[in-house]
Amino acid sequence: MTRPRRAAGQAAARIGALPLALVATLLSAPAAAQPRDTLTIGITQYPSTFHPNIENMAAKSYVLGFARRPLTAYGADWRLTCLACETLPSLENGLAERETTPDGKAGIRVTFRLRQGTSWGDGTPVTSEDLRFAWEAGREAATGFGPAEFYRSAYELIVVDPRTVTLRFDRVTFEYASMGDFQPLPAHIERARWQADPRAYRTRTAYDTETTNPALWNGPYRITAVQPGASITLERNAAWNGAAPHFRRIVIRTVENTPALEAQLLAGQVDMVAGELGLPIEQAIALERRTGNRFRFLYQPGLIYEHMDLRHDHVALADRRVRQALLMATDRAQITERLFGGRQPVAHTSVNPLDPMHDPQVRQWPFDLARARALLDEAGWTPGPDGIRRNAAGERLSLEFMTTAGNRAREQVQQVLQGMWRQAGIEARIRNEPPRVFFAETLSRRRFQGLALFAWISAPESVPRSSLHSDEIPREERNWSGQNYGGFRNAEMDVLTHSIPEELDRERRREMWRRLQAIYAEELPAIPLWFRADAHVWPTWLDGVRPTGHLNASPLWAEEWRAR
Amino acid sequence: MTRLLASRLAQIAVTLAILSFCAFALIALMPGDPIEVAIAGDPRLTGEDAQRMRALHGLDRPFHERYLAWAGGLIRGEFGYSRLFAQPVASLLGPALLSTLALAGTALLIALALGVALGALAASRPRAAPAVDGIAVMGQAMPTFWLGILLIILFAVTLGWLPAGGAADAGTGLAYLVLPVATLAIAHLAAYARHSAASLEATLTEPWIRTARARGASERVVLLRHAFPNAALPVLQIAALDAGALAGGALVTETVFARPGMGKLLYDAVMGNDTNLALVALLLVALVTMLATLGADLAQRLLDPRLREK
Repeated sequence: MTRPRRAAGQAAARIGALPLALVATLLSAPAAAQPRDTLTIGITQYPSTFHPNIENMAAKSYVLGFARRPLTAYGADWRLTCLACETLPSLENGLAERETTPDGKAGIRVTFRLRQGTSWGDGTPVTSEDLRFAWEAGREAATGFGPAEFYRSAYELIVVDPRTVTLRFDRVTFEYASMGDFQPLPAHIERARWQADPRAYRTRTAYDTETTNPALWNGPYRITAVQPGASITLERNAAWNGAAPHFRRIVIRTVENTPALEAQLLAGQVDMVAGELGLPIEQAIALERRTGNRFRFLYQPGLIYEHMDLRHDHVALADRRVRQALLMATDRAQITERLFGGRQPVAHTSVNPLDPMHDPQVRQWPFDLARARALLDEAGWTPGPDGIRRNAAGERLSLEFMTTAGNRAREQVQQVLQGMWRQAGIEARIRNEPPRVFFAETLSRRRFQGLALFAWISAPESVPRSSLHSDEIPREERNWSGQNYGGFRNAEMDVLTHSIPEELDRERRREMWRRLQAIYAEELPAIPLWFRADAHVWPTWLDGVRPTGHLNASPLWAEEWRAR
Repeated sequence: MTRLLASRLAQIAVTLAILSFCAFALIALMPGDPIEVAIAGDPRLTGEDAQRMRALHGLDRPFHERYLAWAGGLIRGEFGYSRLFAQPVASLLGPALLSTLALAGTALLIALALGVALGALAASRPRAAPAVDGIAVMGQAMPTFWLGILLIILFAVTLGWLPAGGAADAGTGLAYLVLPVATLAIAHLAAYARHSAASLEATLTEPWIRTARARGASERVVLLRHAFPNAALPVLQIAALDAGALAGGALVTETVFARPGMGKLLYDAVMGNDTNLALVALLLVALVTMLATLGADLAQRLLDPRLREK
């Protein structure tokens, strides 16, 4: 889901972009080039912690991508790959084996071998003990790591030798080889701090108290200076034994105000703006138009799925025909073309076209106002004297339409949609709220009445159980957990979202995914809009950056970055 | 004077205590606790995780228990730990306050000096008054973010003379300060110019000024020795209030110029439900405001013998 944080004064700052746009066209030459062994990157967020397992935020993932290597990650081709391990475990190569847990449940054991010669920045080898420490700390509830599902499922870790561990899981899923956030933590630095008081570990970890300690980092770079809220400096890690990174120093500057970030780019104070945390797409498109070929622009569609959740118990929206009519009355192709320069692909379900499980044959609902009107007539909603449709009981087809206040792109889309739907006889009443209220109260407690426009962020082949299974409808007795905010119920979808993760055969799984997408496109648990694209802005002399479009950010392969 | 000082300090202490409770209650009443916000940002977090994290951060305890624990810690000098920045609160406030003092303090001094000079010019040379008024209107009417961006475009992007923003690297601190200080100073000098002009104009019509002139005092002596100390009183009060407001940080200027400071820190803390950081920062800002007002009152007593007699 979208992060509710946004820089202060954004609305005002956007007005500030206007003079920038006017005057930037006057620029004739870039500011003095920086030495090519240093790369300065602008991002819009500062990490709240440097600990790899405490809190999950995009800025931290981006920065740590330079300085540490997790066991596994999804690459730019969206395939799982080994980073700190030697071979990706599979049932075929014998590194993964199905077994029965001591409780008699179906389980799996997975063996990882760390890469030869991997060391922390102080020269201490990365060993199985570092993985054991990470596992022990994650299993302890008081430690305060983020999602604990992995550690609950990984009930045993066996150290086979100094470079090999076997993990035993009490649940078999096709993602058994994906280790997500589980990664070696430097036991020689962190274990004593954790053992002294696991509850206080998050306030004592060296990642936040001694961030520049080289022993914390096992990637091609290590953090050498930190200016809280402003910048992070990374330099080559002498202990790194992989391909030598080109840049001697990488400086990451945080500029939350995007017109100011653009100004720093134009002034030559930053060399590039990271797409993962950079300019909004409409600002990048305008910048590209003004600056010509001074920079290289790449728009990478990603896993951020903009859509509208809708209340399935609403008098009108409970009817599938009304949901379909609403989608047909929405000219998504025109909106993405006009507002986002056609850079954001239209979504037909929540599964991204780049995902290996995407079904290109899934039913699509192109803009068709006549069919939308006919469907609404069929559903019993006929035009009233003011042009807004009414049902037999005289209720108007009037929908409350919410999104995050202050998000200019979404607010613009809302207004366009309001106009489009009116053509079909549907009234939209806009009522927006600040992100923290919208996400933490209105959505999670199901207090919205009609439509809610926001985004989900997921991972490659991520099963949308939490947003589509009927057990995941937030309820007070379940402490409002779950993300099926609209209250969608479909027995076959429940079975699919439960059984897909347990299906290890890729082709059988693909068939199940195809069915899931077919149900989604027909039943429309939510109205799909488009997949958001990240706008990467690079200097023309930079090569080798491969944006991924998912949560494993491009710096995980920073050793491939080169200056021409 | 000692009794006055003691009584004002006691007032400050009571005000801070009441303020701490009100601020704590307001932050606690804000919709959406930090764990719910975290869940909204990470679909992998389950209800079980939420419960565990609430207990870990003490958010499952009743309001009064949390307040008493926090206030007790504060009295013992323990400011607590920032949940948002994973740092002790004291270690965050120090650099932020220094950065804000450098920015806002310099801007305030420049605004005060230039504003009062422009005000004196307008009061003593009526023909210059329309020009001073024009400058004042422009300074007041131009939004800070707009002015900041314009200065960045001119001096950083087009001319390349100054950095567009960011905090100082070693040895280049002054260059990084110029544009944000200019932005803040221009925005504030307008008020000083208008108030000091109005105050001086009123003072220059007083009978004792005519007497001074009749005694043969030069215009310079009349202005600086007789009129100015009296005209400075309202300007001092405004400067004291401004000092308090600027201690809370110049949020827009800090955001546009990507400078870490109190304004940005306070905003992030309140929006991120970082109770420890938000409360200590708010109390610090309140303390600075009250001390600045006290300082202005004392300065007024030094300048005006009538107040001393009261």
